[in-house]
Amino acid sequence: MNKPQELERNVVAHRRRKNGGAPVQKKGQSQRIDGPHGSSYLSTRDLVKSYYKGKIEIPVLRGVDLNVVQGEFTTIVGQSGSGKSTLLHLLGVLDAPDSGEVYFDGRQIDNLPASGRELLRNRTFGMIFQFYHLLPELTTLENVLAPCMIRESVWGYWRRRRQYKQRAEALLERVGLSHRLRHRPCELSGGEMQRAAIARALIQSPQLLLADEPTGNLDENTGQEIFSLLRSLNTEQQLTIVMVTHDRKIACQTDRVVQLVEGRVVEKQPS
Amino acid sequence: MYKLLLCWRYLRTRYIALASIISVTLGVATLIVVNSVMDGFTVEMHHRLNDVLSDIVFEGRGLNGFPDPEWHKEEIRKVLGDDLKGITATVVVPAMFNLTVQGESMMQHGSLIGIDTQSYGTVSDFPQYLLHAKNREQLSFALRDEGYDDRLPSSGWNWRRKRITLERDYLRQMQEAERLRREALGEPVAMNTPPAAETPVTEAAPVTEAAPETAGPVDPFQRKRQAAAEEHVFDEMKQQHPGVVLGIGIASHRYRDADKEVKDIFYCRPGDDIQISFPTAGQPQIVADNFTVVDFYESKMSEYDHTFAFVPLDHLQEMRGMVDPLTGVPSVTQIQIRLHDGVDLEAAQQKLYDRFPPQQFGYSIRTWQQLQGPLLQAVQMETTLLNILLFLIIAVAGFGILATFFMIVVEKTRDIGVLKSLGASSRGVMTIFLTYGFSLGIVGSGVGIVIGLLFVVYINTIAAGLEWVTGRPVFDPTVYYFQQIPTVIEPFTVGWIALGSVCVAIVASVLPALRAARLHPVEALRYE
Repeated sequence: MNKPQELERNVVAHRRRKNGGAPVQKKGQSQRIDGPHGSSYLSTRDLVKSYYKGKIEIPVLRGVDLNVVQGEFTTIVGQSGSGKSTLLHLLGVLDAPDSGEVYFDGRQIDNLPASGRELLRNRTFGMIFQFYHLLPELTTLENVLAPCMIRESVWGYWRRRRQYKQRAEALLERVGLSHRLRHRPCELSGGEMQRAAIARALIQSPQLLLADEPTGNLDENTGQEIFSLLRSLNTEQQLTIVMVTHDRKIACQTDRVVQLVEGRVVEKQPS
Repeated sequence: MYKLLLCWRYLRTRYIALASIISVTLGVATLIVVNSVMDGFTVEMHHRLNDVLSDIVFEGRGLNGFPDPEWHKEEIRKVLGDDLKGITATVVVPAMFNLTVQGESMMQHGSLIGIDTQSYGTVSDFPQYLLHAKNREQLSFALRDEGYDDRLPSSGWNWRRKRITLERDYLRQMQEAERLRREALGEPVAMNTPPAAETPVTEAAPVTEAAPETAGPVDPFQRKRQAAAEEHVFDEMKQQHPGVVLGIGIASHRYRDADKEVKDIFYCRPGDDIQISFPTAGQPQIVADNFTVVDFYESKMSEYDHTFAFVPLDHLQEMRGMVDPLTGVPSVTQIQIRLHDGVDLEAAQQKLYDRFPPQQFGYSIRTWQQLQGPLLQAVQMETTLLNILLFLIIAVAGFGILATFFMIVVEKTRDIGVLKSLGASSRGVMTIFLTYGFSLGIVGSGVGIVIGLLFVVYINTIAAGLEWVTGRPVFDPTVYYFQQIPTVIEPFTVGWIALGSVCVAIVASVLPALRAARLHPVEALRYE
């Protein structure tokens, strides 16, 4: 990397930090830009992201270009520290890149204002995590309803509570948890918690499901069950899924495998 | 919606946070108790002071007073018009009271107030503090037979006669013993020389026991002389000196006996005679005279009960030489004025000053609040100081909430990340913790209000309980002359206390809430 480039990147990163985390929008740049790969649903262009430990810069992504087609089940594999989770966070607009762009459905999303990103996370994307991340104070049903509650005002939620509840119960039945509606997360097994998390991710009918090692904390059989659930969601509802995993066995069963090596994409076809 | 739900769940599951607001609860409860008791004391004191003092006191400069109270009263009536409820003229002089207790003389000092029995009751609630029920209806300086107070079962004329009979019996026995002793020694017997110390009350007018009807009508001049002498002879059994209503504190001493019961010891009682000395008008000289105690005055304001004694106005004026020998116009030192309820005292005071400008007349016209200014201000200042100190306790409790909240935010870091990944805004996350602080404040101050109000309602029972447990008097009626702790609950004050403590809780949760709001979702999700 030559000096001027590095300088420019630092300046951009600095401006972004000053801007409260939102990416700096360059002048003359329009809100809606077609992705570089016309037909792709979710795409990134030259994504760069570094972390700082004190003053030492640790580059994680060094220019990632990724295209995901609608209805596709994509897995991202790679060694620990190769930047898989970071890439997923950037895709889910939980974090902003130092440089590069993220496009969803033909629209640049990494430079959206905070409220736009929140709306996207709430309605368009569903996220599941390795450690399930259910809220321990809420019951299974309430956890699944959480995105609806976040989206609605008190009055709005109260008016539509029956409708939401019916949907949540249907989803929990779909993931096989209809007998666990009133249980707290601490009373559920790992597999059950992950099923609840999947139901929570699906409650707002998302267009894209982002899964961060959903089977990483489960035994092989349970992991396979969870994967089958995701696979069936993908085939039955044409849900686009991007999954990060360590498990090569599971990765092999998906439509497409993307390997990250030292912050760059090495495309692999499932064998 | 999720904010309320989470808030409710945190409230129900995080007992450590509830522990952190116990200090808020205690602070609120203490503030309510202290304010209620202080208000109770203030109101009771205002009530008593105002009842005792009349509304406006119109005062001459010296002890000589000013002449012609009737003209002054007329002028004041003209100035105040319909606002005036009652008006009376009085003479107030410093005085010494000499009580004879078990043969020994005891001096007390205080204020002697000459009052008009008809009009004095119209300016203050003076009559209602008297012990005898009939005196409460209409004050009279004539001694009554009996029926004073339960503490004084034997008093009035009945007591006076009994006492005098006993004293005379004792005297006779002593004389008899003396006669026998002298007879035995062969000394001549001298009769009718009663020892002075035994009968101080009769000293001024020696008793003549000769019955008038036994003397035959021998000499008409002698008979006339005898009748005249009879008029001047003072018979204690049938006659009384001018009456005095003594402040109960002058004539008694209050103490606790071995069983912690509050008891009164009376140095004298209605029917007894005392001497009162006071300065005359003009060239001050001390005059002393005998007075018969006809009633006691118990306002339950310790200071007044220990200071005031009331005598008939005309008698005091006469004794002090305050009646002009040529015109017969008397002087007074004060005119006391009572206004109708709700009349602005200071406006009335100003009107009086306009009529009697200080440059010209030199009267001092003061409202009762001004007369008691330092006392009322002292109570006010105590209340303010206590309020500040106790509110500081709540502020300290605020730091406890702050620390606890920081811990909760740290503990909830991952959940905050989850909420943000599900689309919750920073403001929403902040609202959760602010609402949490608010609800903790509500719970804390709510419980505090309930505890405080219960404490105030049952304060006398609690004081009695504490007394029983510690064996020390918590509230001593010998100090205050109140039988119970007076309390007044002001809804306005309670409201302010509650609002203040809720504000402290909210302010204390602002910093942790801001920290929660600023958490980066990715870092929060990674937090282990």
